[in-house]
Amino acid sequence: MESQTHISVQNLNVFYRNQQALKNITIDIPDKKIIAIIGPSGCGKTTLLKSFNRLIDSVDGIRVSGKVFVDGENIFDPKAEVTRIRKKMGLLAQSPYPLPMSIYDNVAYGPRIHGLKDKKKLDGVVEHYLKESSLWDEVKDRLHTPASRISVGQQQRLCLARGLAVEPEIILADEPTSALDPKSSQRIERSFLRLKEEYTIIIVTHILRQAKRLADYVVFLYCGELIEHGPAEDILENPKEEMTKEYINGVIS
Amino acid sequence: MDKRKIEESLFKVLMVISTFIILSSLVLILATVIIKGLPAMNLAMITQTPKGGFYLGKEGGVLNAIVGSVYLATGAIFLAILISLPVVLYLNVYAKKGSRIITFTRFSLDVLWGVPSIVYGAFGFTIMLFFGLRASLLGGIIAVSLLVLPIMTRAMDEVIRMVPKELLEASYSLGATKLETALKVVVRQALPGILTAVLIAFGRGIGDAASVIFTAGFSDFIPYSLLRPAATLPLAIFFQLGTPFPEVQDRAYASAFILTIIILIISIASRVLTRKYTRNVVK
Repeated sequence: MESQTHISVQNLNVFYRNQQALKNITIDIPDKKIIAIIGPSGCGKTTLLKSFNRLIDSVDGIRVSGKVFVDGENIFDPKAEVTRIRKKMGLLAQSPYPLPMSIYDNVAYGPRIHGLKDKKKLDGVVEHYLKESSLWDEVKDRLHTPASRISVGQQQRLCLARGLAVEPEIILADEPTSALDPKSSQRIERSFLRLKEEYTIIIVTHILRQAKRLADYVVFLYCGELIEHGPAEDILENPKEEMTKEYINGVIS
Repeated sequence: MDKRKIEESLFKVLMVISTFIILSSLVLILATVIIKGLPAMNLAMITQTPKGGFYLGKEGGVLNAIVGSVYLATGAIFLAILISLPVVLYLNVYAKKGSRIITFTRFSLDVLWGVPSIVYGAFGFTIMLFFGLRASLLGGIIAVSLLVLPIMTRAMDEVIRMVPKELLEASYSLGATKLETALKVVVRQALPGILTAVLIAFGRGIGDAASVIFTAGFSDFIPYSLLRPAATLPLAIFFQLGTPFPEVQDRAYASAFILTIIILIISIASRVLTRKYTRNVVK
């Protein structure tokens, strides 16, 4: 419709009870890149991320105005079909939450609810996405053990595989390495760098170094306001706004 | 010794005594039932229906009541699950968080929990009259299911509330509907707790006398129809204890022993099952 990119935000306001969590955000999120949303905690990063797939619906006391277009469709339109919108995006949460079932069933969960029944195809899907998230070699002999038995780092990669298995175009990641040890974090970051060829990855992070390592494009939020956004080099090396400068130099956090 | 140390030891003593009271009451109840019931216990008690005229006979057994109780409790539990599972899923997955209907439903359940079982019996009886039912197994099942409903629902509610909301979000983010999330994720995560809730309710249902006295009635025969009266163990105990014959009174303790054993088996089964279904649960 009015935008070329997958996600386009227009005048988005989010109110939480009496507080305004997001103030008049307008931005086109570029495709096939890693976009880092940075900013101090409590500045609305997660709220912005969760409005992309309408997970904020389930928060009580929330009110939204404005539009978010995903592939040209305003997802806050009452007629929008929320399950189909969510299927377009895989989500990685702050700490991994595998579903209470086996490793295999976790990856197969999405494809199954979207109608894939064939056992052979499911086997293929599970193997493919576990390889995509570089977990396959570690779990191929115990696909039917409960997902809660593997390590936290492995669980996060499982969650990545689970998200990829619904064939999204976008990956939403909310501080995906905050619960992980350095080695596991590195694995996730590497997967992202590999996956950005095929997916648009939006990552919320408060680790500036992580943003530097990963991001092609940076969005800086402060107290619910969009201060500055642009290519990573510009924002991180050479910010225009005073606020961004102060944040990047560690004056404010 | 200073004041804080005295406080500390005083409370320790209090806690030990309280724990001891709990444990000893269990032991004493079991001992009473075993000591008084065992002499009257024999194979006939659990393999035969009562003989000797009136249902308080000194011969035969209480098989009618055993079977009646098991049928009745099982039927009531199934009926109660059919209602309580949708209620708890509504409260925890569908209803808007913090909405008035949630608070009101939980409050109602707490009130219902406190309603004496004789009232459920009387209420069940009124319903039966309305539908033209006589005292029957079906009537008992309805009354007992009403009795256990709040217990089961609240117990399930407590465990389902503990399911982390991130788990729901994970399912939603994959494009699952609320129903798919409720049945495939929430129920699975809470399964051990749900089983415990069901078995607690079963234990409560099978042991209750007041709710079945008008509704299920009593019978000397093994129930063969939902529309016929059925004997239950608590009522058998009640009637047996009420006779002037010491031999029959002893049989009451034997019946109580059987009932206790059934509840014991249920408790152990619930432990075993809970452990079995904990394997998939995400911490």
